[in-house]
Amino acid sequence: MGSRKDERLITVLVADDTSTDRLILEAILRKQGHRVLSAEDGEQAVAVYSAERPDIVLLDALMPKLDGFAAARQIKTLAGEELVPILFLTSLTDADSLVKCLDAGGDDFLSKPYNPVILQAKIRSFFRMRAMQRTMLEQRDQIARHNEHFLQEQTVAKQVFDNITSGGQVDSKHLRYYLSPLAVFNGDVMVASTTPAGNLMLLLGDFTGHGLPAAIGAMPLATTFYGMVEKGFAMSDILAEINSKLKSILPVGLFCCASMVEMNFRKNTVRIWNGGLPAAYLHRNDGQVEQIKSSHLPLGVLSNKKFKSDPALISMAHGERLYLWSDGIHEARDLDGEMYGDDRLLAEFANNQQPDELFDDLLKSVKHFVGLSEKSDDLSLVELLMAPVDIADVNPDSQVVTTQSQLAEWGLTFEIKPSSFAIFDPLPLLLSVLLEVPGLRNHSGTLYTVISELYTNALEHGVLGLDSSIKDAPDGFDRYYQLRRDKTQTIQNGFVKIDLAHKMQADGGSLTIIVADSGSGFSLADYTQKNDKHYSGRGLKLVQSLCDTLEVRGDGNIVAATFCWHTDD
Amino acid sequence: MSDNHLIDHEILSTLQDVMGDDFGLLIETYLSDSEGRLSAMQKALASGDAEALRCAAHSFKGSCSNVGATTLAAQCQLIEQAALNKQLIGLETSLVTLHSEFSQVRRQLAGYQ
Repeated sequence: MGSRKDERLITVLVADDTSTDRLILEAILRKQGHRVLSAEDGEQAVAVYSAERPDIVLLDALMPKLDGFAAARQIKTLAGEELVPILFLTSLTDADSLVKCLDAGGDDFLSKPYNPVILQAKIRSFFRMRAMQRTMLEQRDQIARHNEHFLQEQTVAKQVFDNITSGGQVDSKHLRYYLSPLAVFNGDVMVASTTPAGNLMLLLGDFTGHGLPAAIGAMPLATTFYGMVEKGFAMSDILAEINSKLKSILPVGLFCCASMVEMNFRKNTVRIWNGGLPAAYLHRNDGQVEQIKSSHLPLGVLSNKKFKSDPALISMAHGERLYLWSDGIHEARDLDGEMYGDDRLLAEFANNQQPDELFDDLLKSVKHFVGLSEKSDDLSLVELLMAPVDIADVNPDSQVVTTQSQLAEWGLTFEIKPSSFAIFDPLPLLLSVLLEVPGLRNHSGTLYTVISELYTNALEHGVLGLDSSIKDAPDGFDRYYQLRRDKTQTIQNGFVKIDLAHKMQADGGSLTIIVADSGSGFSLADYTQKNDKHYSGRGLKLVQSLCDTLEVRGDGNIVAATFCWHTDD
Repeated sequence: MSDNHLIDHEILSTLQDVMGDDFGLLIETYLSDSEGRLSAMQKALASGDAEALRCAAHSFKGSCSNVGATTLAAQCQLIEQAALNKQLIGLETSLVTLHSEFSQVRRQLAGYQ
């Protein structure tokens, strides 16, 4: 059995009012193995076509009721986009009549007397064409479906992305920006937010590649950015965190060229870090233009050990403007394929008389240059203006306290009871609370050491009453810890209480740690007499060196330490 | 014999091959079709309807060429052309000739049945 498509049974409609010719044609077609339908005039031909949908139609030109030309037009209309080959049966010989057949939608002719060999060749050839066209239509529909699906996905992805990025987008007179509507799929991303101190933090990124792969990296970038800016983290910390996140998420070869900027409107300074983006332009009030070139590798390339997040600090007078862009502007091409380039950018700056129109002029210039060429929608441009902050906009003093997501002033009392001594280590829990304070996060190591020392002293010497001099003996350490194990498991009474209190100060904050225990305390005089050579004396001395103040209260069973931190700005 | 020019025997024998058992039916159909076309042509000429004459001549030409009646087909072509040019004068003679040639074709075809 022939399974090839063109060996399938082909249905042919024959329409001819001359019975002789019809009989002959039907006989030839049947003999060649086709299924034959007949019509005696044009009207019948149209009716049979619409009822049976034959593969190929053979039409006599001159027929009563409806002639072949009119029938051909109707059949083509009924067929829609399906290809139904129509062959005119004709002994017409003049060119005009043949043209008329083709104009009516005819695909070919078959002249009388009929030649079976030629007829068979034409039937097969047109049937192949029809099958090919059907395949093409199916593939076209499939492509259309895929495309629709793809666009739907992009729309959803864009919505998700917009929801994430709109988290902290600032609407301020200090910031103007242009991003093409589907910029995220060009790999461009811009996030901006106001820090608790009232600074404007902004990051413009350009991921390698296009489409969804480029957009995916924008999600962790945006969430990290907003999460950390809101909590008051320093720009270098945010950069390092984004870098390490992208480095661990993105495959090799996918990274993010980025510029990050922090505008301090009180001190009139800007911190800027450029990793792989085109040089940012700083437009001075005297018309000079300074370029801040990339001096780092893009985000997501280096491991955090090698990554340098050291922004430059530049002063900016009121009215001065900083411009950031992705390479979309430099590489924008006109119809001849020429790039917009640095020279045109510089010329635009040089020609500018009204700084407040520079942003619009730049955009207009690039768009005009690109004209109708297809890459006209791949532009990202940011303008940052140094200007005084309206009191209504930001109140740095109150902001610190009122920002809900930030731990500022708080206190906490944590008491550990006997049954927990053996099995519970309070440090991870307490540390995780402390790290909610952005200013303390950089000091987690110090804080760990301090609390750990104070807790150990309180538990071992205070509650358990262990004498640290035991450790001086040759096998002291083993004996000491054996004793500790035994005592923690049998002890019925006692407690260690840890008080933590944090408050904000003008240039940072202070953390007070008070550790009290149920023990009988110890003599401060004893403590101060201890020699440095004794291991047992190291605890408090170390704490003292790490903290700003250290105080032993009560009978020596209460120790209070204060740790102060300072913003680096 | 001049009769030999009236029919293309090669076409006819191919037809016999193609039609098989239906060949007799085909000849009968052709003969009755032809009578219909001839009387339509006569009627059209009598009423001076050049278009109807052209159509009938054209259709008759087709079936004649299909059954190998090549001389008849050629005669139809002349009439069709004249009707297309609206030159009906003198076509009576052509129709008479067509009639008599058709009678001879009919006799020859009888031999095939």
